[in-house]
Amino acid sequence: MDCRLVVAQTNPALGDLGKNLEDHLQRIDAAVGTADLILFPELSLTGYFLRDQVEEVALTPEDAFLRPLLERSKHISIAFGFVERSREGRLYNALGFLEDGRFLSVHRKVHLVSYGLFDEGRDFAAGEQFKLIESRHGRFGPLICEDMWHMPSAYSYFLDDADALLVASASPARGVEAPGPGLASQRTWNILLQASALLYRTWVAYASRVGWEDGIGFGGGSRVLDPQANTRAALEGLEPGVLAASMDSGALRRARSELPLRRDEKPGILAAELARHVPLLSALSAEHALQHE
Amino acid sequence: MSELDIQPQLVSELLVGFLREEVGSAGLERTVVGLSGGVDSAVVVALCARAFGPQNVLSVLLPYRLSNPRSARDAELVARHLGLATKCVDISPLADGYLEPAGIQDPRRRGNVLARCRMTVLYDLSVEWRGLVIGTSNKSEILLGYSTQWGDGAHALNPLGDLYKHQVYQLARFLDLPREVIEKSPSADLFEGQTDEAELGFTYAEADRVLYRLVDRRYSEDELVAEGFERGFVGQLTARVVASQFKRLPPVIAKVSRRSIGHDFRYLRDWKR
Repeated sequence: MDCRLVVAQTNPALGDLGKNLEDHLQRIDAAVGTADLILFPELSLTGYFLRDQVEEVALTPEDAFLRPLLERSKHISIAFGFVERSREGRLYNALGFLEDGRFLSVHRKVHLVSYGLFDEGRDFAAGEQFKLIESRHGRFGPLICEDMWHMPSAYSYFLDDADALLVASASPARGVEAPGPGLASQRTWNILLQASALLYRTWVAYASRVGWEDGIGFGGGSRVLDPQANTRAALEGLEPGVLAASMDSGALRRARSELPLRRDEKPGILAAELARHVPLLSALSAEHALQHE
Repeated sequence: MSELDIQPQLVSELLVGFLREEVGSAGLERTVVGLSGGVDSAVVVALCARAFGPQNVLSVLLPYRLSNPRSARDAELVARHLGLATKCVDISPLADGYLEPAGIQDPRRRGNVLARCRMTVLYDLSVEWRGLVIGTSNKSEILLGYSTQWGDGAHALNPLGDLYKHQVYQLARFLDLPREVIEKSPSADLFEGQTDEAELGFTYAEADRVLYRLVDRRYSEDELVAEGFERGFVGQLTARVVASQFKRLPPVIAKVSRRSIGHDFRYLRDWKR
């Protein structure tokens, strides 16, 4: 892979698709020519605490509203957050990936958050898979915020030999206790991102949002980590902005020769262990064994 | 060093960002604050001055004829310190127009009337000034229900509502506010000689340590007692928090239709802002 990435740290207007699309197009146009891929935060086209607006801002991938984005994806690949309406009428917290004028992938957030100040389980249906994106610029593993807190999400892309995790987030800023430094929420995210880069030997691109929605601030801290968990570029403030980084396969090769964790991984053992926790799995594998006798 | 200690610079930056964005989303760039001479309102005007510039903050002194004269002096001191213009509205005729003919003597009732007169003036000035009314209640007061509903409890935005009194003091020192204001005993100054801590029957320092554990750290009462807190005091605070829940919520609407405000008509205030 050889991918010149731009991460856009934005402050979406809550429920205002038109205004947010305009902001996306400006940032995309500014990146065309110097970047291969632009990554936006979670629900970047809609804002986060939508509640009853979820239904009102939902779009099918075919919706004409998305045409300007699709048109621009002929010049730059675009990963952006939106509410996807499925054919069955389910609404998903989704990350669309556009390339060459079409949807290459829609990742539906698997791990919805429904605790503390979150209520996604009420408003959204949960996604059911982690599907690698095979882009012309690399093999990407899309994840949305809480997906990242469940280790198997990124692990599944690790098994897919992903070059980079694309993490889109709308993480509320919280935890101001001394001595810090900085927001506790941001420190925790940095640990999570570093651990993932280190253990999965992959590039990690994190697009997070800023701004306020009814007294809840979002923590920013967008960054790009290399496969040895070094921060290559970061936005540390609470302002909108963009950052650029080049993700290359040389760094992947070096990190993986130094520590060949994927080569030495034993997913078969994990599968056997998982079968103990997920009874259906053992039934399936028994059936599979019978069929192959 | 206390477990309640915050990073004041970070909090100040967050709150300035909060004020700018949430005032802006109401389509405004100015604020109105009742300046009492106490530490809470001093911190709020200091944050507003940082967010919008001193010229965009209207600091309003709202004395009553029986108010402690020190309150107004300290309020002026804060305003001068921050370069803020002040407006003084004596609420005595407004309040006495109701209190005197009605012969109301109960200090609690009189205090509530004064707090609501101040709210009335602030909201009226907010129209003239085209600024949003910013609240000054801190987390300790809000949890203890130590406020007048629709009085000091009424405002559009509150930058201090998630900070315990201990943390407000920390912020006040960081913002370099006058020592006189930081070191005096907190008082609602609704009747002569009133102090918060005498009226509550405990200090904010004592209450903050318990409330922080109960609310922020999700301790049970038994866990607090196991850490050495007195069960009676913990019970007293818990009872106050429970009894004052009504002050922290919007009015309850009876649901009769298919879709009801407050129940299943769910939009943020920042709806399409």
